[in-house]
Amino acid sequence: MSNASPDTLTGPAAALNTHRSGTRAMLARNAEAFVIPAAAVMVGLGAFSAFLMALNKSPLAFFRAIYFGGFGSAFSIDNSLTHASPLLLTALCVALPARLGLVIIGGEGALVLGGLAAASIALPLHGLPYFVVLLMMGIAGALVGGIWIGIVGALRYFRGVNETIASLLMAYIGIAVMNQLIEGPLRDPASLNKPSTYPIGDAYRIGDIPGMQVHWGLVAGLVACVLSWALIERTTWGFAARVSGSNIRAAQIQGLPVGKLILAFTFIAGAFAGLAGMIEVAAVQGDANASLASGYGYTGILVAFLARQNPLAIIPVAFMLGAIDASGSLLQRHMGLPDATVQVLQGILFVTILFSDTLYGRIKWLNPDLWTRAQS
Amino acid sequence: MTQAPRRAPSLETIGMSKTFGTLQALTDVSIKIASGSFHALLGENGAGKSTLVKCIMGFYQPSSGAILVDGAEADLGTPARAAALGLGMVYQHFTLVPSLTGAENLVISRADVGAVINWRAETRRLDAFMATMPFSVPLDVPTGQLAAGQKQKLEILKQLYLGRRFLILDEPTSVLTPDEAHDVLGLLRAMTVAGDLTVLMISHKFHEVTAFADEVSVLRKGVFVGTGKTTDLSAADMASMMIGDATLAVMDHRASVATEAEPTLLMQAITAPDRTGLKTISIANLAVRPGEIVGIAGIAGNGQKELLEILAGQRPMVSGTIRVQGGTYSATREDARHHHVRFIPEEPLQNACAPRMSVAENLALHIFDVDKNGKNILWLDRARIKQHARTLIEAFKVKTASLASPITALSGGNVQRAVLARELTGEVDLLIVANPCFGLDFSAVAEIRARIMQARNAGTAVLLISEDLDELFELSDRILVMSSGEIVFETPIGTADVSIIGSHMAGHH
Repeated sequence: MSNASPDTLTGPAAALNTHRSGTRAMLARNAEAFVIPAAAVMVGLGAFSAFLMALNKSPLAFFRAIYFGGFGSAFSIDNSLTHASPLLLTALCVALPARLGLVIIGGEGALVLGGLAAASIALPLHGLPYFVVLLMMGIAGALVGGIWIGIVGALRYFRGVNETIASLLMAYIGIAVMNQLIEGPLRDPASLNKPSTYPIGDAYRIGDIPGMQVHWGLVAGLVACVLSWALIERTTWGFAARVSGSNIRAAQIQGLPVGKLILAFTFIAGAFAGLAGMIEVAAVQGDANASLASGYGYTGILVAFLARQNPLAIIPVAFMLGAIDASGSLLQRHMGLPDATVQVLQGILFVTILFSDTLYGRIKWLNPDLWTRAQS
Repeated sequence: MTQAPRRAPSLETIGMSKTFGTLQALTDVSIKIASGSFHALLGENGAGKSTLVKCIMGFYQPSSGAILVDGAEADLGTPARAAALGLGMVYQHFTLVPSLTGAENLVISRADVGAVINWRAETRRLDAFMATMPFSVPLDVPTGQLAAGQKQKLEILKQLYLGRRFLILDEPTSVLTPDEAHDVLGLLRAMTVAGDLTVLMISHKFHEVTAFADEVSVLRKGVFVGTGKTTDLSAADMASMMIGDATLAVMDHRASVATEAEPTLLMQAITAPDRTGLKTISIANLAVRPGEIVGIAGIAGNGQKELLEILAGQRPMVSGTIRVQGGTYSATREDARHHHVRFIPEEPLQNACAPRMSVAENLALHIFDVDKNGKNILWLDRARIKQHARTLIEAFKVKTASLASPITALSGGNVQRAVLARELTGEVDLLIVANPCFGLDFSAVAEIRARIMQARNAGTAVLLISEDLDELFELSDRILVMSSGEIVFETPIGTADVSIIGSHMAGHH
């Protein structure tokens, strides 16, 4: 009997259909991930142009300004990269849990608390070697950020609390805690107009990459993206996380440790955002102050969604949005547009990208599975 | 509401075709359903039955062809027009609002009901309507409290109340016990005999077709294959019309069960909350021996899903023990791997696959985290995952465009085949299966049942949870009945009686 059953199937033997698994098919599958977001961005830019024209502004002039502000010179490229650097890390704070099916939008809270923790631990360590202090600051930032978002994961897993709302509310709490501390117990009395912690000291600042006006935090962000990609796509942990994110019931019935995965991934995600805060303190601000909460955590959400939660795709997307951020002041000065115009553009892009999500698998020349539609 | 009861309409389709893109779903289908007849429509999954009835009901526009109602060409462009001609449909699943009473459900289903409802007048008219009906259902309790058979009767009453005299029933008995099914179909039959109603019933249960329908029409791959009187056709004739010349997998002979063997699975004194959290699932004693299939019968929602979840570790127990091969079983991945426990839950795409991942990755769910020697690994062995998938796809003849295709690109039968390939490859000592044949065609069903029997004969202990009594009778060595979260009845297959099992399923112990 065991030999008989394979012969009794409907239809012909099931050789792999080579015409749908060849090079062309592979190219099509890979092209889908570029073509659809690119088309969505074009549609978004078109809609934004209509918005500008309604304001009697020239879209062309606008995009020229962005080009010059973001990419036009070595200085502006460095400026864009500086803006992109924290976005790499805050986007990972969204992308990693997203692969587990969790929508976490509270990276801002982990960033400010991570920055605050890094600034506060630097003071008592004064006098120790540079790398020790920097390492301790990094650990403190990552740990606090990780715990902050890890709490969100724990609430989700153990109590069923919606992680999106929880992370957003926790972000508000995190910002409030930071403001409370820098205006109270941790305030440097010398910071009069802008409440801040004591400066970490010039000896412990993160410097620039040689030959550029961009700090080393950019490298940390790039490394984090590559490591995250490897974690998700190449390790068994990442595989288990992708199964859980795709179908939690299938993961449970296979006995995969869904709870541990949620805790681990939310912790790592928060740690990256906390690290972003530490880098902002050590490389940009020099102390922890209210400028930490300048929206990198929220722009990171946009970056992660534009990159479709793929850590490698985060790199170019973060650079693009960093450029848009960087050209904000230029737009204000040259075109008389309010600062918020950039946010309108980002919002429109966000919406078109979200809409484009429904197109995956439906466009025939990008999906080999539709090429010869079999009936069964 | 209600026009005076009209005569039951006749209906005819002439040369009806329907294409979706490149897919030809119906080709030149001509079916004649006489006034006052009880007509059965048979066909495998994907044969075009639901496309045909959706064209009749005005949900789809046929690409070509015509529909005659009472001999006159009818324009059934929208569901509303089909309804105006007295055509109605009863679906497989209930469409009643559970929190409303029967009377409320009936009245709100009318298209002409105003913003303010005069309940006194409506009730009076409902009473008058019910007096003309051959059966009744309590109309003053929320429909959620009615038994399945009564709900199905109410669905039929709703169509009659709306003045529909041509009813299409889509597998109307799939959620009923055998007795309830008999009751409902008998009432419909009586109404057709009296000339009050014409029925077109989609079914896959030959015994129901033979017992209640006058005529049967068969579709295969979108083509009308034939029609005939049920008195002239045997079940074998109908089956061969449906599947054409395809041959079905042959079932192994049953090897004898070693009744004295140590049970592979032993569940004792188990209690756990059910899905609603209001009731308790309680399994006093359930044993499955090696080389034995134990079937669990029961109407959906009587604790079978919870039983599966307890075994899969998805539902914490309040008390009790599960032992597998003599050792305590805690449903972790390590335990399942060590004791060779495998699960095939119902609707595998929803419950056993990661839809966004590829066929190869889905086939690797057991092996991705270990190397050839069973040691845990950190880095994925992608070559091994591909090789494993290729082997399984060949052995089980899974039809897929490529290993990189997402599993959702596969047809239902092929998803089920892929899951079977994954779960039945390697050593399997305990197999837990739930409704493995839902929505699959004949040949896939025959193949899957043959594979389960094959595993049983090779010494696997099988726990089979199924809502299909025919399946349980075909496969089981023992049948247990689950009702209200408890096992209320047990019988060896030799002395099993479908009516006794049915009455236990319905809660009469």
